Amino acid sequence: MPDKRLIWIAGALLAAMALFLIWGLQGKVWFILELRATKLAALVCVGLAIGTATVLFQTLSNNRILTPSIMGFDALFILLQTGLVFALGGFGYAQLSPLRSFALETIVMMGAAVFLFAAILHRTRQDVQLMILVGVVMGLMFRSITAFVQRLMDPSEFTMVQGAMFARFGAVDSGALVASVVLLAGIGLWLWRHHAILDVMALGRAQARGLGLAYDRLQFQMLCAIAALVSVSTALVGPLTFLGLLVASLAHSLMQSHRHQLLLPAAALIAALILVTGQIVFERILQLQSTLAVVIEFSGGLLFLILLARGRIR
Amino acid sequence: MIKVSELTYSIAGTPILHDINVTLPAGRITALIGPNGAGKSTLLHLISQQIPFDRGRITMGGLDLAKTTAPARALKMAVVGQQLGVASRIRIRDLVGFGRWPYNHGRPTPKDQEKISEALSHFDLIGLQDRFLDEVSGGQRQRAFIAMASAQDTDWLLLDEPLNNLDLHHARCLMTQLREKVDREGKSVVIVLHDLNYAISWADHVVALDKGSIAFEGPLTEVATTDSLSALYRTPVVFGDLAGKPFVQYHR
Ligand SMILES: Nc1ncnc2c1ncn2[C@@H]1O[C@H](COP(=O)(O)OP(=O)(O)OP(=O)(O)O)[C@@H](O)[C@H]1O
Ligand SMILES: [Mg+2]
Repeated sequence: MPDKRLIWIAGALLAAMALFLIWGLQGKVWFILELRATKLAALVCVGLAIGTATVLFQTLSNNRILTPSIMGFDALFILLQTGLVFALGGFGYAQLSPLRSFALETIVMMGAAVFLFAAILHRTRQDVQLMILVGVVMGLMFRSITAFVQRLMDPSEFTMVQGAMFARFGAVDSGALVASVVLLAGIGLWLWRHHAILDVMALGRAQARGLGLAYDRLQFQMLCAIAALVSVSTALVGPLTFLGLLVASLAHSLMQSHRHQLLLPAAALIAALILVTGQIVFERILQLQSTLAVVIEFSGGLLFLILLARGRIR
Repeated sequence: MIKVSELTYSIAGTPILHDINVTLPAGRITALIGPNGAGKSTLLHLISQQIPFDRGRITMGGLDLAKTTAPARALKMAVVGQQLGVASRIRIRDLVGFGRWPYNHGRPTPKDQEKISEALSHFDLIGLQDRFLDEVSGGQRQRAFIAMASAQDTDWLLLDEPLNNLDLHHARCLMTQLREKVDREGKSVVIVLHDLNYAISWADHVVALDKGSIAFEGPLTEVATTDSLSALYRTPVVFGDLAGKPFVQYHR
């Protein structure tokens, strides 16, 4: 019997999804429905990916304020994407099918993230302030290298990567979408089977090892999963720095539990719910295109500052 | 017994422990003492395989600990570190329940529940069991971690300054519990202590570390003397007698 609160969120999400599909439907019904369904699928995928990745990262880093985005994961993805376009040339990149380029980017992303973040977590886990600092510096570094590489590009290549730099919920690439769904399903299955282990990992490395977990191997697997999830969300809509923090905090205050069986689905569903409802409100009701990302970033950023100011960084 | 031989450990070229040879007897309470920075916590970390070491060998009952797997070790020894903290929002009973993880991997049996309740009551946590760990006092949190290690029900229990935040009543209760574990259940305890009165009143065996080396070690009654302790801490430690029980005076 799943938790009541989860059923409520899932119900609300389903209702929002239905509303998103049928609101003001007229004219070429099937054509519009198909467009909307693609967009809806992307929104839900992004929500699930961001919610899950954030809770996983907070479990690994043993705090409740840092998220993959704050640590520069999505800046890293964009850097890799830019690097790939630069290396292959605009023409070569365009020749890759979207599915191929997404797969390639995700794999490189996993390698880079594991390599970088395993070392960083190992050194800074004890010290949240230091981790924030490292994250901010890395995010800046990734972004400036990206900007530098873009200077070197010719204009047609530049327009290719420029779309990836800002969150946008408009055009969604269906190849990447299919790959995302497959990735999400795989990761979901893995988490479904390992959620109890995650509860132990949340006790911290020393405790978890003392209780018999092969912590470092699990950390490696989780970093891979986080990297893949960030790839999904960044490839589909671009970077959303503070959504993860927002939904992880909401999930924690709603569930009041240490159990990932509750926390992971709560964060994932809340993120999807925020994105779908936000999109309905801003795009359909207020007719404000692309304001949603701004509002999410603003409220999430505010929350981050409040948490920091209150000293609630553990 | 745990046998440490020729153990050397350094951080970035600075030797922290050098050439440690010591035996921690089974079925005893062993007090690990020494000044700040002597290497007590480091030694416990090395024994519990939390950090890899450069040279040496640590065996438990003849078994090379470096060659054991983490799940196997979790059934043999429980460790309570000096710095405790958990980021997740967890209730005390759930935390103590994790002590049973090595046996049940997240699926508690009635026997596990029994062990958890037992540990909770031994450490006076029944009234606090549904409170969140981040909403109790430092000493209560410390007791929760000790209860978790106790629920792990291992042959060896390694405790790093467990008396740190405890009031005198709970400190005494903890030592009584440890004594019972050793005397009744045949467990072995290694405990880092700074209060020498606890050491001389409860321990059977003493290992004194100083600047990364063994200063002295042996049965309590043989090695803990006015001279050895004064030299170890570079401060006068005087043995006395209080109502028929040994007592040390060092605080003034
Ligand atoms: N991360 C580190 N880097 C460098 N040196 C360290 C590090 N951690 C500990 N040390 C040094 O190792 C030595 C042993 O430290 P350890 O924590 O084992 O001491 P201790 O005996 O437990 O002291 P205390 O009574 O204060 O707990 C100390 O001199 C300390 O300065
Ligand atoms: Mg210490």
